[in-house]
Amino acid sequence: MPPSRFETWLHPTPSGLFCPPGGFYVDPGRPVDRAIVTHGHSDHARPGHDAVLATSETLAVMRMRLGDGAGHAHQSLGYGEKLTIGDVDVTLRPAGHILGSAQVVIEYGGQRAVISGDYKRRADPTCPPFELVTCDLFVTEATFGLPVFRHEPDAREIGRLLHSLATFPERTHLVGVYSLGKCQRLIALLRHAGFGRPIWLHGAMKGACDLYEELGIPLGPLDLVSEAKQSLAGEIVLCPPSALKDRWSRRLADPVTAFASGWMRVRGRARQYGVELPLVISDHVDWPELIATIEATGAGEIWVTHGREEALVHQIGLMGKRGRALALVGLEEEDLE
Amino acid sequence: MKAFSELLDHLVYTPGRNAKLRLMQDYFRATPDPDRGYALAALTDGLPFSFPVRRTLMNLMTRRLDPELFRLSRDYVGDTAETVALAWPEPATLPAPPRLGDIVAELELMDRNALESRLETWLDSLDSTGRWALLKLLTGALRVGVSARLAKTAVAEMGAKSVTDIEEIWHGVAPPYLPLFRWLDGLAPRPDVTGAPVFRPLMLSHPLEDSDWEALDLADFAVEWKWDGIRVQVAAGRGEVRLYSRTGDDIGRGFPDLLAGFNFNAVLDGELLIMRDGEVAPFNDLQQRLNRKTVTKRMLIDYPAHLRLYDALEIDSVDLRPLPLVERRAKLEAWHASARPPSTDLSVPLEPAGKDELLQVWQGTRGLSIEGLMLKRLASPYIAGRPRGHWFKWKRQALTLDCVLMYAQRGSGKRSSYYSDYTFGAWTTHADGQTELVPVGKAYSGYTDAELLELDRWVRGHTTDRFGPVRAVTPGLVLEVAFDAVQRSSRHKSGVAIRFPRINRIRWDKPASEADRLETIMGLFEK
Ligand SMILES: [Zn+2]
Ligand SMILES: [Zn+2]
Repeated sequence: MPPSRFETWLHPTPSGLFCPPGGFYVDPGRPVDRAIVTHGHSDHARPGHDAVLATSETLAVMRMRLGDGAGHAHQSLGYGEKLTIGDVDVTLRPAGHILGSAQVVIEYGGQRAVISGDYKRRADPTCPPFELVTCDLFVTEATFGLPVFRHEPDAREIGRLLHSLATFPERTHLVGVYSLGKCQRLIALLRHAGFGRPIWLHGAMKGACDLYEELGIPLGPLDLVSEAKQSLAGEIVLCPPSALKDRWSRRLADPVTAFASGWMRVRGRARQYGVELPLVISDHVDWPELIATIEATGAGEIWVTHGREEALVHQIGLMGKRGRALALVGLEEEDLE
Repeated sequence: MKAFSELLDHLVYTPGRNAKLRLMQDYFRATPDPDRGYALAALTDGLPFSFPVRRTLMNLMTRRLDPELFRLSRDYVGDTAETVALAWPEPATLPAPPRLGDIVAELELMDRNALESRLETWLDSLDSTGRWALLKLLTGALRVGVSARLAKTAVAEMGAKSVTDIEEIWHGVAPPYLPLFRWLDGLAPRPDVTGAPVFRPLMLSHPLEDSDWEALDLADFAVEWKWDGIRVQVAAGRGEVRLYSRTGDDIGRGFPDLLAGFNFNAVLDGELLIMRDGEVAPFNDLQQRLNRKTVTKRMLIDYPAHLRLYDALEIDSVDLRPLPLVERRAKLEAWHASARPPSTDLSVPLEPAGKDELLQVWQGTRGLSIEGLMLKRLASPYIAGRPRGHWFKWKRQALTLDCVLMYAQRGSGKRSSYYSDYTFGAWTTHADGQTELVPVGKAYSGYTDAELLELDRWVRGHTTDRFGPVRAVTPGLVLEVAFDAVQRSSRHKSGVAIRFPRINRIRWDKPASEADRLETIMGLFEK
């Protein structure tokens, strides 16, 4: 395959995706001088950069998570505002993944590249929806890049959780969720479904929940498990997935362990975590949404970052487009932890 | 189908017994007839079909999904049926899903060749959980971690009955169990099973101990060969006929050749054998016909089934169980002489002149189809269970033990994808009264290729834990292990080492609780 015509102004390096005419990296995996960060998850927002450009919400997330490591100079850019950096124009557009998440739109020499970061297409009460930007080059994630991944409607999964709660009112429902984004979305979905009781949190979830509330996302009554006076029978408790099998959960009343993740679609995966109630709720696009988005961008060339690249690159070929797996280091199998 | 598939989905992830019971009860309460009855049949392994679907699914899927994408998906998921259930392209809005009752009714009569196109239509109208459940249903075995007894317990508790209440009438009712549910719902009396071919609990024997032998007065006993088949009860009446294993499982579906000729009204006890030209074939031949839901014509010819009768529990609706054996035996002989049911004969009593001669007979017992001798007290009524002092089994002197499969390990080389190395154990009771299995040896030979496939499947379906290449399994499968000698060993927890063990046969029919005890093995120490 001949080298890509985009290669001169955007290409992968050991530090991450680099834009030479702009002199910046997008979601670099190592400390760099100038970084644009799509969103606050740890595999995208690394510590130790000098200057960081992101949405104000993402910068707030980085300060909460990384403290002094969040970078020296912070510059915020609102969704839709255009900024010229060197020879390129940069715009951020909502990615619908978590609060503050953005696609990075780079325009150079009459060409447009969109770097999606992580994204989803479904409605999420805790962040603005994904905005489709037509482009020449689309850099996409492929976390759920296999035809077996199709996320169920959120309402159905929330319904299953509430139904289980009604069936086993004497048992605590312990739900493993990614602490940033998934946690707050699950709370918002429960509120939307009419669940008004306090939701109990593992200590690790508190920081992100407080930040969301500060940034104007109401989450309703939340309490810390560590401060519970009662057994929490019949209550919903949210914890990081790693705490599901912890000694920590022993204090709960015969817990039903649940796990909210796109991976729960595959039974072996759910069994691997010993989950009793797998909930297919994801902050990433599923396979049909991935294909539909790639098609809708109109891009002739698609670069695939983290996830199951092989199947998606094959599919892109079937669609008559040029596909390329970037295999960037540092980006992890997300939606788990 | 929706409620049923959600139930299965829940059950498969739910470890707790009480939680499983509640899920099943909720389902049986909320689901109308006949669907809930077919669900009960499926959960009790009572569906009369089993379709090998892998090939069909591959055919269907190539028309729906790029083969490379399917391959990558299958590699990730690890199971063809699940991959199809997940990746099957779905329209934006699904048509109304078919009902479980309709699917089962259709499958019961379905020709294998018609399956592919019907399956395609069903898959097009179900969601992913529904597709997964449907494919499980087709295989005839759900494997969702629910035993037949647990499912029966669920319906029993739903109607505030005991599970024994259900078991007593279980074989007198059939899917979709309408009279059973009417009774449980309090809308009708208990189904009347008088005269119906229900299972009667068997009378079982004790091993003959030295003290029994010393006290034995031969004049009080009938002596018979202990045939090397499987113990069965044939129950016929009201135009129906059933063949039960010793545990009460209906195994008649695998023996249509035998049952076709049984149009009498009686409940009989005997040994199921394969017989050719008047000769009893080795147990292995019988093995070919066990654990099958359907049999081919070829099998009926190659492995002709035969029933060797030794007792009668009921003849023409008269309960003979209170009578002494000697009278039951006379009635059995008279009845058999006039009824002459095909493919049956009577187990002929041996008439040794005295105990010395009997001892010689026993010592000379070597035939492949004979396991030893049975000594039955002539005056004993037919007593359900294992009463002491009535029936004795005197196994021939052979170095075999019935052990319970505990762990299985992947083999090496061409067997690396099979669980082919088996660690087996024997029962022991500790001072505190706790009974447990202790491993006594490991075997990795003696079975046929076909048996290896079955063992591998059994292991995968009964895994309780994994440690690298080793799986721990539920104590549910008995292996008859042949060996050269037993030695003391300080290296093994059990204190015994069995030399050169190999799998002699797989005792699918034997409950694990009846496997050999560690003390029995200790009694075999080489002097
Ligand atoms: Zn992310
Ligand atoms: Zn990511």
